[in-house]
This record gives sequence, structure tokens and C-alpha cells, in this order.
Amino acid sequence: MKRHWRFARAWAGIMLLTAVALAVLLGAPVEAQDAAKEPAYRAFPLLGSRLAVWVIAQLHLDFAAFILGVPMFAVIIEIIGWKNRDARYDWLAHEFIKLVFAAFSATALFGALLLFVFIGFYPKFFAFMTNIFHTTYWIYALLFFGETFTIYLYYYGWDWLSGSRKWIHVTLGVLANIFGTAILFIADAWLTFMTSPAGIAETGALKGSVWAAVDNATWMPINVHRLIANIVFGGTIAAAYAAFRFLGAKTDEERARYDWMGYVGNFVAISAFIVLPFAGYWLGREIYAFDQTMGITMMGGFMSWLWIIQATLIGVLFIGSNYYLWLGMERIPGSERYRKYVPYMLIILAVGFMVWATPRSLIVTLEEARAMGGTHHPILGIFGVMSAKNTAVNLMILTTFLSYVLYRRANRLSIKPWVMAGMAVQWGAFFVAAAIVLFYGVYGYFVESIVRIGFSVYQVLAVLGAIALVMTIDIPMFRGARSTGEIRWGTIAPRSQYVLILLAVTFTWLMGLMGFARSGIRQHWHVYGVLRDTSVDAVTPALGYAANVITLVTAVFLALVMFIFWLGGLAEKGGTAHAPVPAPHIAGGSGEAH
Amino acid sequence: MRFLRSRFLQAVIVLVVAFCVFRFGIRPPAPWSVIKLYMAVVALAVLVHISSDSDSWRDFLRPIRDTLTRPERRFVRAVLVVLIPVLLGYYAYSVAAARPEAPPQLRAIHPAPPPSLSFRGKEMNLQGLENPLRKDQASLARHAAAGGAIYIQNCFYCHGDNLDGKGHFAPAFNPPPANFEDPGTIAQLPEAYLFWRIAKGGPGLPRESTPWDSAMPAWEDRLTEEQIWQVIVYVYEATGQRPRRWQEH
Repeated sequence: MKRHWRFARAWAGIMLLTAVALAVLLGAPVEAQDAAKEPAYRAFPLLGSRLAVWVIAQLHLDFAAFILGVPMFAVIIEIIGWKNRDARYDWLAHEFIKLVFAAFSATALFGALLLFVFIGFYPKFFAFMTNIFHTTYWIYALLFFGETFTIYLYYYGWDWLSGSRKWIHVTLGVLANIFGTAILFIADAWLTFMTSPAGIAETGALKGSVWAAVDNATWMPINVHRLIANIVFGGTIAAAYAAFRFLGAKTDEERARYDWMGYVGNFVAISAFIVLPFAGYWLGREIYAFDQTMGITMMGGFMSWLWIIQATLIGVLFIGSNYYLWLGMERIPGSERYRKYVPYMLIILAVGFMVWATPRSLIVTLEEARAMGGTHHPILGIFGVMSAKNTAVNLMILTTFLSYVLYRRANRLSIKPWVMAGMAVQWGAFFVAAAIVLFYGVYGYFVESIVRIGFSVYQVLAVLGAIALVMTIDIPMFRGARSTGEIRWGTIAPRSQYVLILLAVTFTWLMGLMGFARSGIRQHWHVYGVLRDTSVDAVTPALGYAANVITLVTAVFLALVMFIFWLGGLAEKGGTAHAPVPAPHIAGGSGEAH
Repeated sequence: MRFLRSRFLQAVIVLVVAFCVFRFGIRPPAPWSVIKLYMAVVALAVLVHISSDSDSWRDFLRPIRDTLTRPERRFVRAVLVVLIPVLLGYYAYSVAAARPEAPPQLRAIHPAPPPSLSFRGKEMNLQGLENPLRKDQASLARHAAAGGAIYIQNCFYCHGDNLDGKGHFAPAFNPPPANFEDPGTIAQLPEAYLFWRIAKGGPGLPRESTPWDSAMPAWEDRLTEEQIWQVIVYVYEATGQRPRRWQEH
């Protein structure tokens, strides 16, 4: 009964927000007609409009990324549990969705708030966007209905749609993901149009169908980049939640369960994170191709220092993810044989980190500049260009993948007769990929820039090819392998859990910073080259100010997440939680599942 | 040599060796900003390595814990209690103390160009703009030679006869003139970008990232459009660099 009440309350809340949003959207065309009579801007009290819209948009984005990312891997985990008849996976998938469910209302709330701020404080801009995109608003609202309906049914129907009806439940999960992805793509169309407008006349009116405005130069790169980033983000936040629960666990069983959950969350995050830089590079390339000014502002102009911060944060993510895996190997009997590789992998990661973080334009005193013979250092300057950065990041990705492969086989000994040949091919794949990455990295210094940009594709393909080949061999090679002992879930060093929390904080911060870069390169334009920002805030914030705002938003987001998770945890205290299952005791990755 | 097995000592040795390599092994000397960055990464890597194994981590912490708790180490403890704040204080002083020279700046390496510019009253759209002299490949050598003469008459005083930014006037400028031999300068940029920089010079730099420190004159009033394109052809020909081509999307 209590559960039904909670359902009704939550449902009513979401429907109310949806209704309010729809009412606003219904009024939007009228607003657009009267736009000429309206002031172009209104001032948000105390904060100012720009800061208000920035904070709300970032909070909305953080929550939205989480609720869109987690269901993707939760459904996959549920399917694994369903096919293998393993209740632990079902519990894990439910645990992940519980987090999404708790954050769903917050996402809708901040989305509605963002809409109100645009309409109230940027009426001219909103009218302009509405004139072009009003058709998509309806589709967005309908998809939001679909997403809300399916995710609620998915969550509350977990027990009801079990057993022979499980396929219906899984279908609902897949459907929720389709709705979520479609919502993301529509929202991406609006924001990418602001960066790379298309399909409009000089007056700002649509020339043909709205599709031309949707399918602009940066739309698909952003779609792909965000889709992958959402999975990483969802994984890191879910892993941080598990870490939080692990640290507060009272029993060994609880500790084991949340150790496993943290591992899976982190595994999901690393898997998606490995391909994220490639998607980001594609996006950067499209921005540069669309407009030189924006491209140079982003990579070589005043935004260029953000990339040094980004390099530092991504270095922390790489080293942190690997560190977690190495610490996790301590709880795997038989992993001792792989410890000797750790220093070498760490050296590659550390050197890659240093190369990636070496600025092109060094911070030098006049005395240092004179000693160097200019502002460019003849040796360090080599590390400042994209050839070096791409080489470094590809080698770091390969190394992280190697860490995972070693972790995966830590407690298993293959009994296949072809194991030696298989391993030789795997090591060969690693070395060939590394050699290709290094070759094109060095060769890139001797060719013109347009050719060098193309080299990054070969580097990426070499790395992805090696990953695919190694896994293709690894899965059959370790099927039915002899175990050297079961993973002692729950015995991992507690400092590993702080690493999971650090990764979540770092990724949230990184999202905010790079979101600022993507948005800030438009400078004094609402819609680049089309609709000028004539407000008092038509100044791109200094990097220090932006970093402070993003830090604050990150802190607020994490505080809200903690609060929401605490609220979600109240159900367990009331004894209405999903039925607990025995603690996992299998090897991570031993099942074919991880 | 048993003491060398101490994880703590090993960590200290790695840090000292790394510092010596960065400080004395790189020539010309690396700027302090880079050394600090590299040392932070090395320190992080050392901590990760030591703490990724629980036995090693305990071994590393043991001397620290002993120093903090054991009575016979009271003297060492007292020395550290005084020494660490003094060192931190000295560091804070050395960072904050005023110096006779200007503090280092975060430079934007490539100022963002405007979408278009007005050259002697002619509107030029920079996006997609190609060097018109390259259409006639047969005359390119002649244009390069003419560009060389223009360069020697106007540019080499600062940018140098080797185009490496070490002209006669260069030591007087901060930041020094651009080094065209460096793969991070003209090789990264389309020719339209160079046209903008030569035509508008320091006074035409954009508003963002101001204040700019640039002694580059605006050559718009002294060189014709063709002369500017010629000198651009020359700097690419003379350095062997190739301009960035426009990318299709």
C-alpha cells in the first residue's frame, strides 16, 4: 500500500512538471509572435541571467546524463542475469535503476526550470529558437511522456514482470533507452544549432524543413560524444554510490555486494571511456571545419588553457581507473603473477600524462624565455602539438585495456591447447597497435596539418582493432578456464573506494569545464554568426571565474545526488527494498558477463 | 644496503632523480611551470605504485608512523615540526614576493581571427580564403622570390634571416617574435590566418585575451594585398612548412 502511495505521488509530480512544461510550450508560439514588443532580456535577481541559466543548465545536464546513461547498461546487466538465470545480476540492474529513478524527478525539475529561465529572461532568443524548432518541441514532449511512462513501468513492474514475463520487462527497458536517446538527440539539435547553425536564411527564418537545422555540422558528433559520455558518467556516479555504501557497510555480505557493484560501475565507465576521446576529437574537428574562428578560439586561443586542465583531469581518470583495477587484483588469488607488469604500465601512463599535459604555449618568465631562445622550448615544444597528444592518449588507452585484460584473467588459467599461440597473437596485437600509434605520431611532424589530422584515424583504428582482436581471442581462450580461487569480494582496500568517488567528482567537473568550452567558443553570439548576444552578459567569462562556477555547480550536483540517494535509501530502511540476494562470489569477468 | 629496500626511501630517491632529470637533463632548461607539472605527475605515480599493493603501502607508511609516534624519534619530530612550516613559508614567500620583472603570463598561442576583415576598403571573408597566387603554379617561384625580397626589407629584423624568430630586434621583445621554423606556428595555420596577422598586426588583435603584448606592425598601409600573399608564399617555401588546408565537413 505504501509503495502504491509513493508511486502515485512520484507519478503525480512528474506529470505536473510535464503539464507545466507543455503549457509553456503551447504558449511559446504566441510568445514568439509578440516577441517584437517584448524586451530582449530581463535581469535575473542577484545572480544575473547568464549565471542563472548556466548553473541550471549544467545541473539539468548532469542529472540528464546520469538518467540517460545508467539505463543503457542496467538493461544489458538485466539481460545477462535473465539469460544466465543469475539473480545477482537482476539485483544489480535493479539497484542501478533505483538510482536513476531517484534522480528522474530532479532532471525534470531542472529541465522545467531551464525552460522558465529562457522564456522569462531571454525572451527574444527563445522566440528565435521557437520559430525554427517548434516542431521538435512537440516531439520532445511526446518522447518525454514515453520515457516517463516506460521508466516508471520498468521500475515498478520489476517483480510483476518477472519469470515468464521477463521479456516484457526487458523490452520496456530497451524502449526506455530508445526514448531517452531520442530525447537526447533532439536537445542536441537545439544546442548544436547555436554553435553551427544550418538551414536558415540570413533573416534567421527556416529555408526548408526543420531537418536542415537539426542535421547541422556538429549535431551527430555531439550525439555520439554525449551518448558515450553519459555511459561513462552513469558508471562513475553509480560506482561512487556503491563506494559510499561499501564504506558504510555493516556486514561482510553488504560489503561484498557493493564492492561488486562498484566494480561493475567502474568497468562500464572504463569501457565507454576508452572510446570517448575519439568521439571528442571528431567533434573538435567538425567545429574547426565549420568555422576557423571557433576552432582556433577553442584549441589555440583563450580556451586553449582549458585543455591543459582537461589533460590533467583525464590523466587523473586514467591513472585512477587503472589504480582501482590494480588494487582490485589484491582480492583475486592468482593475480600475483601479473603484478610485475604494474610498474611498466604506470610508467607509460605517467609519461603519457606528462606529454598530454605539456602546454603548447608555456608559462615562462622573460628570463626563461631568453634561455629557451623564444617562448617555445625546442624539446618540450614537440609535446605541445596534436601528434604528441594523440600518440600519448592512444598509448594510455591501450595500457588501460591491458590492465583490464590482466584483471580479467587474474584468477584463471586457460586449459585450451592453443593458449600459447593465442597469447602470442594477443601480445602481437598490442605491440603492432603501439607501433602504428608511435609511427603515425612521429610521422605526423613531417607532413602538412591536413594529412596529420587524418593520421589520428589510423591511430584510433589500430587501437580499436587491437582491442577487438584481443577480446575475440580472450573470450574463447578463457571459457571453462581453471580457477586459481574465487574473488574475495568485499576485501578490497578501502582506499579503492575513495578512488571511485574521486573518479565521479573528476568526471562531473570535466563535463562542466568542457561544456563551458563548447558553449563559450560562440563568444558574443547566442546563435553563432546569426543572433548576437546584446545583453550585459555578452562577455565570455575568464577561465578562473568559469572554473569557480563549475566547481560550485559540481559541488551542488554531488550534494543533491547524495540527498536523492539518501532519499532512495529510506525505502530500504522501511523494509520495502527489492529482495536482497546472496553476495557475489564469482570472479569479475569470469562469467562471460563482465 | 638493506635500508635501500625501504619503500619510503625508494620513493624519495625516485622523486630526487626525476627532479634532477627535469631540472638538469633538459637543455635549454625547462620552465619551472613545466617542472612542477611533471613532478606532480611523478609524485602521483610514485604514490599509486606504492599504494597499489597493501604490503608495500604499509612498508611506506611505517617510517612516517614511527616518526610521528615513537618516543625515541622525538628529536626528528621536533625538527620536522619546525622545518616543514619554515619550508612552506619560504615557498609561499618566494611565490608571493614582488620581483623586478613582470610575472609570467598565460598566453593565447593563436588569437582567434575574425570571420572577415576589411583590407584597404575591400571586404575579405577569411573562412575558406585561399592564397590566390597558388592558382598559377608556374609563377609561384617568382612570387616566392618577390616575397623573399619583401621579407628581407621588412620582416627579418625581428623574425630573423633563418625565419626562426631570432632577428636583431628580437632580444628586446617579450614575447619574442614568432618562430616560423617551429612546427607549432605557421604549419598549424591556413594562409588566410597569416594574411590577417600580417595585415592587421598587433593593433588588430581581437578583444579577447587582452592585453596583448605584440610589437607586430599592421602592414596593411605599407604592403599591397599581392605583396602580403607573396611574403606568405615565401615563409612557407623557405621553411619547408606547408599551410593548413581547409577541411571539408
